[in-house]
Order: sequence, then structure tokens, then C-alpha cells
Amino acid sequence: MKTIKVSLTFPPAKVTFPLMTMLVRQFELEVNILHADIKLNRTGKLIVDMTGKKENIDNALAFIEEHGILYHIFNGMLTWQEDKCVHCGACTSVCPSRALTIKATDYILNFDKEKCLVCGLCIKACPLGIMRLAQPDSDE
Amino acid sequence: MAIKTIDEINEKIREGKAVVVTAEEMIDIVKENGAKKAAQTVDVVTTGTFSPMCSSGMFINFGHSTPPIRMTKVWLNDVMAYAGIAAVDAYIGATQISESQGMAYGGAHVIEDFIAGKDIRLYAESPGTDCYPRKSITTTINKYNVNQAYMFNPRNCYQNYPAATNSSERTIYTYMGTLLPQFGNVTYCTSGQLSPLLNDPEYRTIGIGTRVFIGGAQGYVAFEGTQHDPGQERMPNGTPVSLAGTLALIGDAKKMTTKYIRAGVFEKYGVTLFVGVGVPIPVLDEDMAVKTSVSDKDIYTVIVDKSGKTNFSQRVSYQELRSGFVEINGRTVPTAPLSSMKIAREIASELKTLIEKGEFFLTEPVELLPKHDKRLNKLDIRGD
Repeated sequence: MKTIKVSLTFPPAKVTFPLMTMLVRQFELEVNILHADIKLNRTGKLIVDMTGKKENIDNALAFIEEHGILYHIFNGMLTWQEDKCVHCGACTSVCPSRALTIKATDYILNFDKEKCLVCGLCIKACPLGIMRLAQPDSDE
Repeated sequence: MAIKTIDEINEKIREGKAVVVTAEEMIDIVKENGAKKAAQTVDVVTTGTFSPMCSSGMFINFGHSTPPIRMTKVWLNDVMAYAGIAAVDAYIGATQISESQGMAYGGAHVIEDFIAGKDIRLYAESPGTDCYPRKSITTTINKYNVNQAYMFNPRNCYQNYPAATNSSERTIYTYMGTLLPQFGNVTYCTSGQLSPLLNDPEYRTIGIGTRVFIGGAQGYVAFEGTQHDPGQERMPNGTPVSLAGTLALIGDAKKMTTKYIRAGVFEKYGVTLFVGVGVPIPVLDEDMAVKTSVSDKDIYTVIVDKSGKTNFSQRVSYQELRSGFVEINGRTVPTAPLSSMKIAREIASELKTLIEKGEFFLTEPVELLPKHDKRLNKLDIRGD
């Protein structure tokens, strides 16, 4: 079993294609939608976690490609130099999933890895330039 | 009316008997004991802020070379400094960007590197004169080999600041951070209940000559800050509802630390300097006890549209902003700070410790800050 984080871009004509259902039924994947921006007749975007057998995931990705839906696998993990962080909060302002937050109690930058979409917006938003995407240890 | 004077408070500090609390601690003290009792027991309230403050910079005197040069153009690590003053004086402004690296490095980085003790490359040019024959110089300077290096910041510690949002269809990049389209987010930037001028909203104790904590050193209020605008509309508690008072601050950069002075870059906007400032406020009487107990729920600001497309304006309290969400046009919009409350707290608490240890004394202002109602002048366009 493995989990991958994928962004899916649906051309306007494919927005009504029931991809999620097919991923679950045909490829026995567990799909968790992290972010969705879908409107009729417009390019749609989904960010999902897919969990399942490696073989099934590979087949699913081929299936997605065959149907003209673009995918991009996020493989990286957000890290930052904690000793240099000033906890200003600028990164939290652009985080689409609120994986990065500052709570009104300790005012310390808080990171929820599970929620992170690995979109990288925070990297550019950080005024100190101390955030980056680290490459994963291995694929398997 | 007055319960105690600044002289009396300083005497207590000298004896190690002064009662010092942070502006956040003062909120509960006044809530529990009342302002009258609090005014009798508490002597000093410490404040703090750590925010991007673009209107900052540093004067340096490099010392004279042999033969000497009257520097007319100066670059520090490839960032131009202003040299239209005497021979080896220059002013490096925080927002000036590098001629080779662009926005990735700027005056603020030069200042941070200088404070860190690093060597800075100095290159200067001159037409040469009879008294200053040298026409160029290349060398390195650092905080140990220059004569003076003092930060002089024309505008710090804005008393309040509008929160920012973006009504337009595209992401905009501003000094208030990255603002997402269609009211996608709201950013705000003061330390609210810990902020110096929000704890002395009518400038009763903070004035010209007030000793302050700046960048880890002891500095002073030099003057009213540029764009000082005391005539702003105010709440009944005296706090302004948007931009108002400002401070011009001065302090010895050689004694500062990079813990409290940090360079920053806002994407596609430019370079700025995070400046850490703390101001001690003497609790002279009941009124000052009330003023220093102000909390985020009683401090308001306005959310404005930085895209310039609409006149959108919505009043909001800092308590709401800090909750992480505000409601705009019936929609929940995430909020984010740009000013570090964590470091603001560290400053207020470090200043408290300095005063308790008898290493920081309070000052009577030489002159109070203007409180006039006259609003700011606009710049008319008279050319093509």
C-alpha cells in the first residue's frame, strides 16, 4: 500500500467525468479530496490523496492520462529553518488548506503535515526565504 | 491626580522595588483589581512590537582613508547608500535593492549582516577635490571598524494599521503580503494589545526623548515619525481606528542583535526590515492604568481593498482578526498576521527584566508628540 498526493486538472469538457467514483470502483483506491475548484464549463482542479496498491495506483494514473486529465504528483515535504523563523505569519496568509497556522494563544507557527497540499505558495510568501520543499526519502 | 512621578518610579527601579508588568499582564491585573488599585501597585507597563517597518535605515561613518575621499556615491554589498552628506557619512535605507541581485537582497540585509558582525563590501566613487583627492575606494567594513553606525528610522511603530484584502480577480503582491483574489484572505500588521502607541494612545508619556528598547539596544524617540497623524478618528478608549501616530527612532546599531532586527522580502514587492521595539510606559495614575490595560477586543482597525478597485472598508477588532477568520460580504475569509506576536512578547518581557534588574530607566519626554487635529497633506501632481 502506498499514498500519493496528486493534483488533477480537468479540461472544461471533462469536468463532468465521474473520475473519483471510477478510481474507487475500478482501482480500489481510497481517495481523499483535499482541495476542489470545480465549475461547469471551466477548467477544474482537484488535489487528492490516493491510497492503494502500487500497481492499482499506476494503472489509475494511466487511466487518468488516457481520459485527457492532467495530473501532477507532489513528492516533497515542506520544511523550514525553525531557528530562523520569526513567526510573523506571512506564510499562513497564502496557505490554501490551513496547514500553516498561528494560534492566538502561543503565537507560534504551527504546521499540520497531513493538511499540507505541497503547493509551495508559502515558500515565496515567507519574507525570510527559509522555507523549501525537501525531497522524499524514497518512492517505495 | 498623579499618583507617582517618573522620578519616583526611577528611584524604585534603582532600589530594585519597581513593579513591572507586560501590557498583556496588565489586562488581567486591571480586570481583577480595578484601575485605581492597579495604578497604586504597578509602576511600569512594557510593550513590544516586531513588524516589517520599511521606513528604517542606518547612518554610518566609515572613517577616513589616506589619501582621503569625499564619497559621492556609495555601495554596500552592491546596494546603493545615500552619500549626499559629508565625506565619509552615508545612509543605507532598508528598502533599497541590490544592483546585482535585485529584490533578493537589499538595504535591510546589509543592516542585518552588519549587526551580525559580518564584513560588508564598500565601494565608493568621487570626482576628487584638492582636499579629497581619492576618486574611488574598495574595501570591507564591519561594526568593529566603522566609527558610528546608528539606526535612524523616520517612521516606526505605527499606532495602528489597516488590514488588507483584495477584491480583484487576480493575486496581488503588496507590502501587506500576497493577497489572494476575490477577498481570498486578509492580512494585518500590529501587535495590538502589546503595541507601544496603542497603550499610550494619547501620547501622555511617550514623547521626544523617551528611552526605548530598539533592536535589543537602548535607543530614543528622536521626533514624531513621518506621517504622524494624531487627528485620526478614535474609539472612546482613545485608540485610533486606522493610521495615526508614528515615532522616529534612533539607536546604536553596534549594540543591536539580529534577534530583533531582521531583513525580509515580500514577494514581487521588495525588501523591508523587521524592527523590534519595546517602549516602557509609566503608570502615573488611574488613567494610564486604564489605557495600558487595553485589549485586542477593544482595538479596532479597518480592512481595505489593496487592489484599488473598490472603496471597500470594514471595521474589525483585533480579537476578530486573531481568531483566524473574519466575515466579509457574508463569506468567511481567513486572516493572517504579518507582525510577530511571539517576538513582541519576548521584547515586552525582556524589557521588563531589564527594568527589574535596574538596567533600563524611564525618561520624562523632553517634548510631547503633537496632538493636533490637522490631517496629512496630499502630493499634488503638477507636471506632465
